[in-house]
Amino acid sequence: MAYVAVKGGTEAIEHAIERLKYERIRQGTILDVQHIEHGLRGLIDQVMSESSLYDETLAALAIKQSEGNPEEAVFLLRAYRSTLPRKHYSRVATTAQMDVERRISAAFKDIPGGQLLGATVDYMHRLLDFSLLEESLPELARWREQFEQQSSATAANASEFALHQLPRVIDLLRKEGLMASFPEHLGEPDDVTRESLQFPSTRSQRLQVLTRGQTGAVTALGYAVLRGYGALHPAVGELRVGQVPITINHPLDPAGEEEDAYYIGDIKLTEAEMLIPHTVVRPDGKNELEFVIGYGICYGQNETKAIAMGILDNALETPHPNFPPHDEEFVLYHIDCVEATGFISHLKMPHYVTFQSDLERVRHTKVEEGKEAP
Amino acid sequence: MRGTYHFAFFDEGSKREIRRATLKAVAIPGYQVPFASREMPIARGWGTGGLQLTLSLIGTTDVLKVIDQGADESVNAINIKKLVKQTAGIEVTDSTAEATLIQSRHRIPEVPLTERQILILQVPLPEPLRKIEKSEYATQRLHADKQYSGAWLMLFEQIMKFGHMSTGADHPVMVHDRYVSAPSPIPKFDNPKMNHSHALILLGAGREKKIYAVPPYTKVVSLDFEDYPFRVESFEHKSCHLCGATGVYLDELHQPSTGEAYHQCNDTSYCLERLNGQVHA
Repeated sequence: MAYVAVKGGTEAIEHAIERLKYERIRQGTILDVQHIEHGLRGLIDQVMSESSLYDETLAALAIKQSEGNPEEAVFLLRAYRSTLPRKHYSRVATTAQMDVERRISAAFKDIPGGQLLGATVDYMHRLLDFSLLEESLPELARWREQFEQQSSATAANASEFALHQLPRVIDLLRKEGLMASFPEHLGEPDDVTRESLQFPSTRSQRLQVLTRGQTGAVTALGYAVLRGYGALHPAVGELRVGQVPITINHPLDPAGEEEDAYYIGDIKLTEAEMLIPHTVVRPDGKNELEFVIGYGICYGQNETKAIAMGILDNALETPHPNFPPHDEEFVLYHIDCVEATGFISHLKMPHYVTFQSDLERVRHTKVEEGKEAP
Repeated sequence: MRGTYHFAFFDEGSKREIRRATLKAVAIPGYQVPFASREMPIARGWGTGGLQLTLSLIGTTDVLKVIDQGADESVNAINIKKLVKQTAGIEVTDSTAEATLIQSRHRIPEVPLTERQILILQVPLPEPLRKIEKSEYATQRLHADKQYSGAWLMLFEQIMKFGHMSTGADHPVMVHDRYVSAPSPIPKFDNPKMNHSHALILLGAGREKKIYAVPPYTKVVSLDFEDYPFRVESFEHKSCHLCGATGVYLDELHQPSTGEAYHQCNDTSYCLERLNGQVHA
């Protein structure tokens, strides 16, 4: 009998799942979740950011389960996230209080508080380090102790600013009148996971979709803006990486003061403030330039994504019919990891019925053509 | 951290929200109601819209049937049933008549549905105007204005090009004389079953975050022209090689030895019930 995939589905699925497990463990090593959490910082950060779920241990578990496939790990965490009730909303967190680990500005050489390179691969020669094949724990422990002593000594005679109170670079421009000031907008942001995205979108919806976006997709579209499918060439006004404290009010006192709030932990963030020259028309009709901002932020240390998001934030603020990355539907509908990978992968499902229908209409067209032929 | 999942996967707040969108959809037949579609343990595009409807509606006494392209045993149908069974512990069935909830991808069963049943269709692309207008903002306006000339023009162009309407599955329908809707990619053969259906039909698009509905006894008309009437797929002179059924949607199969085509009921449970003498055509 011909291949008719209508029976035996249950068994086939069970075997496929077993096969997958076999592939994961067949070489006889059990991957420790702790090793993933401690050693795969970049992947953990990317997965947490795309999942909109900040939990290193769960991210490590998802990475283990998905054998290191980020789209699959994000998928697992998003599905888990769907089952979590919202118990509390945090107070507004501000990156002004960020305990900065790294902070640079490409716009100014000398910034108050200084450029802090922190931990970065930017100036690494990308040469494979074969010594990592044979690292020894005691040796590393010695190195770590020495490093920690050294860095605490450096921190003692550090700059005039505490690292959690560094002034912002864009405040310099504001002071000089090169950038417009806006009142702080402390209204409730929209949440696309509670109410679906509608167009025209609000800024908070855009920022949320961008920060949840797949790293590769956000990077590609941000790059397209720079390369030619966009009308921007921004500078990194300030890029910060560090820990931001999160606090919640007492559940019985939701409008409580800051000093009564509870500190529940820190989250690591990357924040990019991109500066873009922008023409404004003065009341007398003459043009002048000032700077506007493109804002990028994401969980963990993922600088490329934060910068690309900053570019796209501004691109979407300035719609342009010729450039798809300036079109909010084009960008916001297509950068979500779970949606894009899900719909692409659904093509693997059987399409017998629809294909039968296609077959019928293609044949019908051929018959009509045949009739018309002399 | 090692929690068990709630009854039917979602927390009750999420279910209520989906049901509210569903009620609105029932109140405005054919109108696509946006909802905050959740990420599910199965992939977007694999029936998450239908699954969210099923999970929001299912109770402990419900009996669920899931079919994928007509088959109860298709891997994706099995997979969805498995998830609902795991999280809700309810009964599942292959029999169309026994089910209270029927989740289906791309087919309406051959056995006529009744008032006590709900049919849930999985929808990949809920917007019938997307082929002619890429922007969601713009298509919403077209619906608001009942501006459907694009949909008619699309069919007209097909007639000009091919001499007939060349839609395959997903031939657009007018619901309750108001909204042009995508029937989901059910074959044209199934479109007439939506008209004055005894059962409530709910359509869920998870990735596109829309729910819409055809309430029982609602007028559903496939778009066509007076001189080029709507026509379903023809299986004239063909019958199922197993149960002999005619007038049903048939799958085309090929004999590997001779390459000859033969046909078989697409609705596998219907075919089986006929073979067992449980239903009569």
